[in-house]
Amino acid sequence: MAIDEFAESMSLASAPSPSASFWLPPQGSTVAQGVDSVFYYIFWISLFFFALIVVLMVWFVFRYRRRPGHEAQQTATHSIGLELTWTIIPVIIVCTMFYKGFASFMDMAVPPANAYEIEVVGQKWSWNFIYPNGYIDSELHVPVDRDILLTMSSEDVIHSFFIPAFRVKKDVVPGRFTKLWFRATNPGEFLVFCTEYCGTQHSDMTTTCYVHPVGEFEKWLAKASNFLDQMTPAEGGKLLYQRRGCTQCHSVDGISGIGPSFKNLFGKSHLMTDGSTVTVDENYIRESILNPQKLIVAGYEAVMPTYAGRLTDREISAIIAYIKSITEGYSGDESVPEESSAPANEEAVGDKPGANANEGRQTNDE
Amino acid sequence: MTTISSSYDPVPELAHGNNYLTHTRGVLSWLFTLDHKRIGVMYLVGILGSFFLGGVFAVLVRTELLFQGEQVLTDDQYNQMFTLHGAVMTFLVIIPGIPAALGNFVLPIMLGAKDVAFPRLNLASFYLWTLGAIFFLAVLASGGLDTGWTFYTPYSIETNTAVIGATAGAFILGFSSILTGMNFIVSIHQLRPPGMTWFKMPLFLWALYATAIIQVLATPVLAITLLLLIAERTFQVGIFDPKLGGDPVLYQHFFWFYSHPAVYIMILPAMGVISELVSVFSRKHIFGYRFIAYSSIAIALFGFLVWGHHMFTSGQSNMMNMIFSALTFSVSIPSAIKVFNWLATMYKGSISLATPMCYALIFIFLFGIGGLTGLFLTTLATDIQLHDTYFVVAHFHYVMMGGTMIAFFGALHYWWPKMTGRMYSEMWGRLAAFLVFVGFNTTFFPQFVAGSQGMPRRYADYKEMYAGYHFVSSIGSYIMAVAFVIMACYLLHSLFRGRKAPANPWGANTLEWHCSSPPPHQNFDEQPAVGDCYDYSGLEYDTATDSYVPKSRTAVTT
Repeated sequence: MAIDEFAESMSLASAPSPSASFWLPPQGSTVAQGVDSVFYYIFWISLFFFALIVVLMVWFVFRYRRRPGHEAQQTATHSIGLELTWTIIPVIIVCTMFYKGFASFMDMAVPPANAYEIEVVGQKWSWNFIYPNGYIDSELHVPVDRDILLTMSSEDVIHSFFIPAFRVKKDVVPGRFTKLWFRATNPGEFLVFCTEYCGTQHSDMTTTCYVHPVGEFEKWLAKASNFLDQMTPAEGGKLLYQRRGCTQCHSVDGISGIGPSFKNLFGKSHLMTDGSTVTVDENYIRESILNPQKLIVAGYEAVMPTYAGRLTDREISAIIAYIKSITEGYSGDESVPEESSAPANEEAVGDKPGANANEGRQTNDE
Repeated sequence: MTTISSSYDPVPELAHGNNYLTHTRGVLSWLFTLDHKRIGVMYLVGILGSFFLGGVFAVLVRTELLFQGEQVLTDDQYNQMFTLHGAVMTFLVIIPGIPAALGNFVLPIMLGAKDVAFPRLNLASFYLWTLGAIFFLAVLASGGLDTGWTFYTPYSIETNTAVIGATAGAFILGFSSILTGMNFIVSIHQLRPPGMTWFKMPLFLWALYATAIIQVLATPVLAITLLLLIAERTFQVGIFDPKLGGDPVLYQHFFWFYSHPAVYIMILPAMGVISELVSVFSRKHIFGYRFIAYSSIAIALFGFLVWGHHMFTSGQSNMMNMIFSALTFSVSIPSAIKVFNWLATMYKGSISLATPMCYALIFIFLFGIGGLTGLFLTTLATDIQLHDTYFVVAHFHYVMMGGTMIAFFGALHYWWPKMTGRMYSEMWGRLAAFLVFVGFNTTFFPQFVAGSQGMPRRYADYKEMYAGYHFVSSIGSYIMAVAFVIMACYLLHSLFRGRKAPANPWGANTLEWHCSSPPPHQNFDEQPAVGDCYDYSGLEYDTATDSYVPKSRTAVTT
């Protein structure tokens, strides 16, 4: 184990340092270099022409400034030769830009065969990444040096998936699948943005892409997939709360967000928009997750998407356990016996997948 | 001095006694006027008011982004502010800015005509603009709008803000734009005086003509799109909503089929203005008249074929991406031709740095950056990285604000003496222009870098790595705000205390400078003679009247 960790830290240390520049973020994928070379090709040509225009303009303004004794000198009012010159030269230049941009684009537009497929689901305002074994995470984990193919869809409005360091972006459109592929070249963590405006918390619809060193990804996935077996339901529920998009609207500090806070929620009585009063119990929470539009707490909007088919019964029970665990004065209920189980608490917490991600993060910073 | 009276230069003293401003009096004489000049002035007041409103939204947006975290606006309020800023500036200010306000005032006089071809239609189009503006104000008062000015589906179908009010407003404004365009097309075809052939028209008229073509052909598509969106929201038809089997990306095609040509509705009149200013203030015949005129038409036509470049990341096919990328490059060529022709016009001229020329030079600088950065967005590989980031925000502000609005202010300062009969302070004018230039670049240049580094647009908050760019950008917006306050002050001051404007303070030779400042109600007593409007050899400066006068005239009087 210690040797493994040592090897891991070695492989990260020997990874080539990504090159960031004034204009562009570090290069994290195989297509980045191609895109950057096109960027700088256009950049230098543009800079040349801009400098030419400004120098001529400033020189003319100075040289031919209106002053006593200086008269405008009428020159030719047109010159076909000159005008064709500055028509044809730009035409040739933009043709080269088009070609370079197109060639580089095709590299990123055509997914290679045998790529590792991950399903991506965008929703207001979080991402879900579904791995081939069915495990769902709100952060993207991928192995380094392997072709990754994302098959993306949206639960609600249009989102757009963007990793600046990888130079890849594709809209995530409801009612269809869009695909995006990349091959990460450096272990580390990279920002993921939503770049299609999607409402209130558009700017919070960000997550992280963890690129694992060779051999680490499989270990991470195996560990992460079994998280409910490794901890108490309440702890598993907390992870689900953090990862499956609940945090965007439901706080755990008692402050109301877009939805009611989970703090001290269990057993509370709520007035609903239809006038009825509901006491929050297991069944109400379950119904709110699976059929969120049915009963809305007064003062809130009916904006929550359904989680039917996206959370298993076991996961819902874990979330209920978590809500109970952050309800002050809730002393346990005979109907939920697993609440008081878990002698191996400490160990499970230390072993949770988030911790693994943190390890990667720290090593990478070194 | 007054021995010669000709149609060329009506006696200034007399003209001040009876001009379009004093021809009739009372509020009703303005509200029911059919005079294109008064309609132009009313448009101008409305557009400047809208510009102020849009500017306040912009400053709020920049203040929210001054530092990380929440400053003055919640996420929802921020989303409303950037939406309203975009919608007001696009639909109420930039699209009608030069054609409807300044074009309305100048076009008939440039043609030596008494009015546009359909004066009543002209007034109707002004009232449609007013009605559209009222819809926008109503949206502001009734819960706002948070879709972005683009109204992308399905978000615009789901949001509970006032989408229907805003789209109805944009629909009405579209008709205002169509009517103005029709009026200009017919006026240019029918009202040109004897001797003014197509290729003797001032280039500003060519630009307005090309603009009008787009207005008439493209705007109906926007109208249809917005109606479909309203129908979708109201009756759940299933055109755009994927839940009902619709296609949300179809909306983007419809929307950009109008809105990309609309970009040229915004920039073409600006280019027309610059062609006038550069020639007049260099006292040089415009270089390559025909190339500039043809390039306006070319931009108008190419502009219809490039809308797909807004959708390179939308999932449209690679073939479509390739075709739209290639076609989009074609638009860059006519723009480049114009810039080089303006420079060639300045060559060996006698260049005055009067305020309008300062704006023309600022235009060339900023439009240069705006145009060249467009190349990065046309190129497929780089657009993937830059799409929907601050790079795009900076690019279109360099073109729309640095291009169109700078040209608008250049044109405003150029025609201000003609419209109001008063001169403003040159010193303050140049100072404000300089501050606009500095403030603009401080605001928007850092946004290019933030964007290419990955900062997405329409974000109410940002990661720490972007904090520096945002801080500098916000400071720049305050500098610009100060510049515009200064501009408002000296322009208002000039109305009351400004020196009386002579007929031709700049030495221009288009027909509007052949009548007094401000022009009489009928513009001209008789049909003016038409020569080469870019030939300044017949004009010389007359110190007694502070005006440019025909050489023959001073020869006679002295």
